[in-house]
Amino acid sequence: MVRLFTYLLALGIGVIVAMPGFAKAQGLVADLSSHLIAITTDFTGTDLLMFGTLEDPEFQDVVVVVTGPPETVTIRQKEQVFGVWVNRGSTVFEQVPSFYRVASSRPLDEIMNERDLDRSQIGLRHLKMTQAPGSQTFRARLEAFQEAFIRRQVGRGLYGADASAIRIVGGRLFRTSISFPANVPTGQFIVTAYLLEDGNIVDAQTTPLIVSKTGLGADVARFAYTNALWYGIVAVIVAMMAGWSASWIFRRL
Amino acid sequence: MNVYLPIAEMSVNWLAILLMGGGVGFLSGIFGVGGGFLMTPLLIFLGIPPTVAVGTQAAQLTAASVSGVIAHWRKDNVDLAMGMVLLAGGIAGSFVGVFLFRYLDAIGQIDLVIQLSYVFLLGAIGALMLWESMRSIIQSRARSNPRARLHEHNWMHGLPWRVRFRRSKLYISVVPPLAIGFFIGVLAAIMGVGGGFIMIPAMIYILGMPTSIVIGTSLFQIIFVSANVTLLQAVLNQTVDIVLALILLIGSVVGAQFGTKFAGYLRGDQLRGLLAILVLLVCLKLIVDLAVEPVDPFSIKWSR
Repeated sequence: MVRLFTYLLALGIGVIVAMPGFAKAQGLVADLSSHLIAITTDFTGTDLLMFGTLEDPEFQDVVVVVTGPPETVTIRQKEQVFGVWVNRGSTVFEQVPSFYRVASSRPLDEIMNERDLDRSQIGLRHLKMTQAPGSQTFRARLEAFQEAFIRRQVGRGLYGADASAIRIVGGRLFRTSISFPANVPTGQFIVTAYLLEDGNIVDAQTTPLIVSKTGLGADVARFAYTNALWYGIVAVIVAMMAGWSASWIFRRL
Repeated sequence: MNVYLPIAEMSVNWLAILLMGGGVGFLSGIFGVGGGFLMTPLLIFLGIPPTVAVGTQAAQLTAASVSGVIAHWRKDNVDLAMGMVLLAGGIAGSFVGVFLFRYLDAIGQIDLVIQLSYVFLLGAIGALMLWESMRSIIQSRARSNPRARLHEHNWMHGLPWRVRFRRSKLYISVVPPLAIGFFIGVLAAIMGVGGGFIMIPAMIYILGMPTSIVIGTSLFQIIFVSANVTLLQAVLNQTVDIVLALILLIGSVVGAQFGTKFAGYLRGDQLRGLLAILVLLVCLKLIVDLAVEPVDPFSIKWSR
């Protein structure tokens, strides 16, 4: 019933769009409600809205992929040694997205075949995780590490896949809400919307998104990492001054 | 009430940290100990990464020893020559310690080493203090009053490079103070403690220094060793959280002042017994944390 209604609505819009004066565009048009997430000290996470239009929702699908800046990650596994839990095995993956979310209008495996998902790295199971050179882990163990990593990231809200997150409104409009948790990594994100027809990507649009920390805390952290020596010197001076002034104050009390 | 710690990368209740600093400072004021050996495990229990707890503790230690040494300096209770020798060993030790810290961090074992070091250290100190306070409680009941000799001649006096330490009234080799300083430097780097609880007994019993000047001299040495550790940790490991250090510092300085005033009203041996039990409890909690199966055996670490 709903489907029929949507269809009729789509048909209605389709008729309007098909009227003379409207050129039939093949592609999709999409944008993000904001291109900057500013993390302040009281940041508790935020939602962004991705919206756009597509041609023919009856035969087309939309997939939105949000990728955080790629980084190197070390995964370690604890094992019990003499009664104590100790990090034993480890592996290093390179160019792993620090944030990864997929939203689609239907379950991914209904939209595309496995090989294409692998090739375009769409879906949690289809992320390519490259082992760093020098890090040699057996295949079975590697998969365990990879699984644990994805589980952890999903648990922290940094990875996710939602097969029904994209809603098609009014036949030609699609919208999806992407949530970013409080612990979202910072840097340059890439938000890509894919338009699919018969399991093939027919159009894609990429929108940049910047996540950056602002405020005093961010400035302190940036200073600590970029000017480590000066940060250290300042830390020592501040500590000495604080100690000296404490003794000065209490001598007068 | 929450404040964001930029290096620990987490939000904490600043009042809780302030009170914790105050509590540890209060104890350190009563017992005349630095308190670093209690502060670091408590920070770890709060969820601060062990590496940041240790690095930050070095900054807080610098401040605490500056404010502590001033009173001793005024009373001329600092043996500068001995302090310099200890310091030379301490600087070398802190370099070795910070590089060891960096290496252990790279192979993923630093958290384990910090926690195990604390288990051994707290276990040993707690047990010794408990034993000593029990003995002194029993002795005070028996009203015996044994007298110890100032210092004895032993193996140490056969070592080369003897130097005269006027203020300590000693003519000894520089090797033992260098070695003690070195060990303390390593401890300061890996555990974020000043090591007064090891250095003071070592200065009295191994070096034979007069009791009146050991605290001032050890504080003098710790200022520069911990300043060096702070600098090295900030440069090499980025583990010094200045915001956290300041909150702890304010709490501990105020707490220490009250502790010192309060100490006069209390019986030392019983109180030492209580501190010993507290230290042993912290030690036990660390052991339990290490022995209980983690919820997730996998841990992930991003490289910057």
